[in-house]
Amino acid sequence: MDMPQPNPTILSRKAKIVEILQRVLPKDAVIHSDSQVRAYECDALTAYKCPPLCAVLPATTDEVSAVLKACHEMGVPVVPRGSGTSLAGGALPTADCVILGTARLNAVLETNYDDRYIRVGSGRTNLSVTGAVEEMDFFYAPDPSSQLACAIAGNIAMNSGGAHCLKYGVTTNNLMGVKMVLMDGTVTEIGGAHLDAAGLDLLGLICGSEGQLGVVTEATLRILRKPEGARPVLMAFNDNEVAGACVADIIKAGVLPVAIEFMDRLCIETTDNYAKAGYPDCEALLIVEVEGAPEEIDEQLALILDIARKHDPVELREAKSAEEAARIWLGRKSAFGAVGQIADYMCLDGTIPVSSLPMVLRRIGELSERYGLQVGNVFHAGDGNMHPLILYNANKEGDLELCEAMGAEILKLCVDAGGCLTGEHGVGIEKRDLMTHQFEPQDLEIQMAVKDVFDPMWLLNPAKVFPLQSSQSRRIAAE
Amino acid sequence: MASMTPKTENELADAISSAKGPLRITGGGTRDIGNPVVGDALSTAALSGITLYEPGALTLVAQAGTPVSEIEAALDAENQRLAFEPMDHRALLGTQGTPTIGGMVAANVSGPRRIAVGACRDHLLGVRFVDGAGTVIKNGGRVMKNVTGYDLVKLLAGSYGTLGVLSEVSLKVLPKPETEATLVLNDLSLEDSVAALSAALGSPFEVTGASKVKGQTCIRIEGFEASVRYRAEQLTALLSTHGDVDQVDHNASSTLWRGIANVSNFADHEAVTRVSVQPSAAPALGHEIASKHNLDVMLDWGGGLMWLGMTQGDAAAVAHQAIQDSCAQINAHATLIKAPIETRAAVPVFQPENPTITALSDGIRAKFDPRGILNPGLMV
Repeated sequence: MDMPQPNPTILSRKAKIVEILQRVLPKDAVIHSDSQVRAYECDALTAYKCPPLCAVLPATTDEVSAVLKACHEMGVPVVPRGSGTSLAGGALPTADCVILGTARLNAVLETNYDDRYIRVGSGRTNLSVTGAVEEMDFFYAPDPSSQLACAIAGNIAMNSGGAHCLKYGVTTNNLMGVKMVLMDGTVTEIGGAHLDAAGLDLLGLICGSEGQLGVVTEATLRILRKPEGARPVLMAFNDNEVAGACVADIIKAGVLPVAIEFMDRLCIETTDNYAKAGYPDCEALLIVEVEGAPEEIDEQLALILDIARKHDPVELREAKSAEEAARIWLGRKSAFGAVGQIADYMCLDGTIPVSSLPMVLRRIGELSERYGLQVGNVFHAGDGNMHPLILYNANKEGDLELCEAMGAEILKLCVDAGGCLTGEHGVGIEKRDLMTHQFEPQDLEIQMAVKDVFDPMWLLNPAKVFPLQSSQSRRIAAE
Repeated sequence: MASMTPKTENELADAISSAKGPLRITGGGTRDIGNPVVGDALSTAALSGITLYEPGALTLVAQAGTPVSEIEAALDAENQRLAFEPMDHRALLGTQGTPTIGGMVAANVSGPRRIAVGACRDHLLGVRFVDGAGTVIKNGGRVMKNVTGYDLVKLLAGSYGTLGVLSEVSLKVLPKPETEATLVLNDLSLEDSVAALSAALGSPFEVTGASKVKGQTCIRIEGFEASVRYRAEQLTALLSTHGDVDQVDHNASSTLWRGIANVSNFADHEAVTRVSVQPSAAPALGHEIASKHNLDVMLDWGGGLMWLGMTQGDAAAVAHQAIQDSCAQINAHATLIKAPIETRAAVPVFQPENPTITALSDGIRAKFDPRGILNPGLMV
């Protein structure tokens, strides 16, 4: 993985840069010793590490503005960081950058149940947003797997999804407004407690821009009343393709479950050994969850089970109690951890049209044989967002590179099937160089031109999203 | 003035790259919204046809000039629909012609169900468009979840052709419910109406419409029959503190909401302003403005969307500016959707934004349309 050469002038001026940042921030908000900056050397894509020049932890929008203004004047790159749970290297530092952490911007600023929104500091964790409104039976819908740790700032940067977005949408569909600081320190508000933009939809543009257009310090988020109940059903099949066909039939039938999750044999067996969820012995299983009042759930599940029966299932298991429901979800929720117990793995995030599911699963199987690396599939089947886990051995020389090469082939396969490189994790550094497979040069050029408008000097998270070669002239011009 | 109706994306690109001056871009010409544009007419109406429809994947791709009615018919055959319930502007604006899918996207047109399922922009999965230099660009795709690169899809939705001319759009579609019902409360004040709508929207009963039209406060539920019956009972009990609750079923409910979506009861008003506001702030805004300028008020989105109708077109400029001034105080925004052309030319049709947002928007426009030829001035 290439990263740009750090700017030697910036490296040599570290003491001066730290001093200037210390002037605009409280003393404990500037982290600069070699041992302490190491805490920020990577995110959840741990294969790549680089300690930053220093890290800052502003506690107010004014402090964020002061930091960005200072860095802008000094020409120092800034990499914004939520909780550092990015699986794509979105928060990976360069040696000449300042990491701007949002952790201290974590307050609940306003809750309004009549108008159904909450306004929070962007450093607040995803799950604690729901935590703040739970006593009134409300919740914040997007639920990435990392929701215990991940920050709203990072969710907005990556437009994060989750298991329940089949019904509730992803971050961009639940974000109503932001307070944002531009690289030159300008503070602005976009959107708010009303719906839709007055002019151009800049909010839609900010969400998913991977921290390259501005630093979001506050967010207005839509909150929803919790459903009366939810219940999952587990369906086991002896063939991946049959399970895929069942997914399409459920969707076509007019029921819209909140989640349709898929696991293949490798994941079923691995998680069952690990979590003892008691899953059936089969090639593929689906977990389908529906919501509503008890009678509504009964009606929807009856319809779904009727469809499943037409696909010759090995087993259909309906949860009769909260305990049984928890057991059905147990294996799915521990799948990544379980696979991590048996091997190192790389988690991909390509999305495909649901209709291509059987073909893509078959091709992934073929690639697995060709590369000699095992692949487990566990993903959100309802919306085609796949998460192939490629197993490798980090201690075996060449295995990581082999794994990356195979990952690239799988992602290209997703694009060729009519899908995309990333459904909810973001491009970061991980898929940066594959962007030319999905986009023509003019498609990337107009996106980079948008960054030119927000950040003409290309100081915000500059080495991400775009192939280094494509963004090189802009990054060099900025230096 | 010349008039062009390219039949292919390449012809569209040629028409734009060879343009010598401003272009007035239309789809079916039924949504004459914004400041009047003077220029050669460029219509996407001939770029027509559904390119791909996969009911099992809930996705449909169509060329920009495809009639909305053609798409709705294709979806209907598979018992699916555009869930955001796009408004047909013809009744309100008194326009003729055939609404196109591209025009709908360019104006980010949604209807009452926006409150439950999101706007047109939330259902737009991908776009192909030609920018002001004549370059064909794609963004997004045809899958539900896609965070690959910047989301220009949202940016193009509601940009009224000022950033690029859409050639193809890709949309998420959803199943049609088995049935629907509407609960009606009569003669509530604006305050009581918004309170009732908020109570309904804040319940677990999945309300998909929440409006106040004339004296009727209307709350819609949709789904399987038994479920609709159950939720209607629960909501009736919940709303009983606000007054007597009547119920309108299936077909009558469907007709009622078609009228609400199309704002057809303001068809005879000479000018109409559309306000997006925090719902609980709507009643005060309504009282302040409506009494002073003699406006009729209709609420949608639980009070978050206000339609303000003016019977006298010549007073519209003053009223609209007063509405925008009030909106500026409460972070709301007002758009003059309907007014005589000279009125629209005289006032800001769209709510003026703060200088930072304006500078960013202008900067983006300059990148997408360096010559400033795509519907110039429309969004002022």
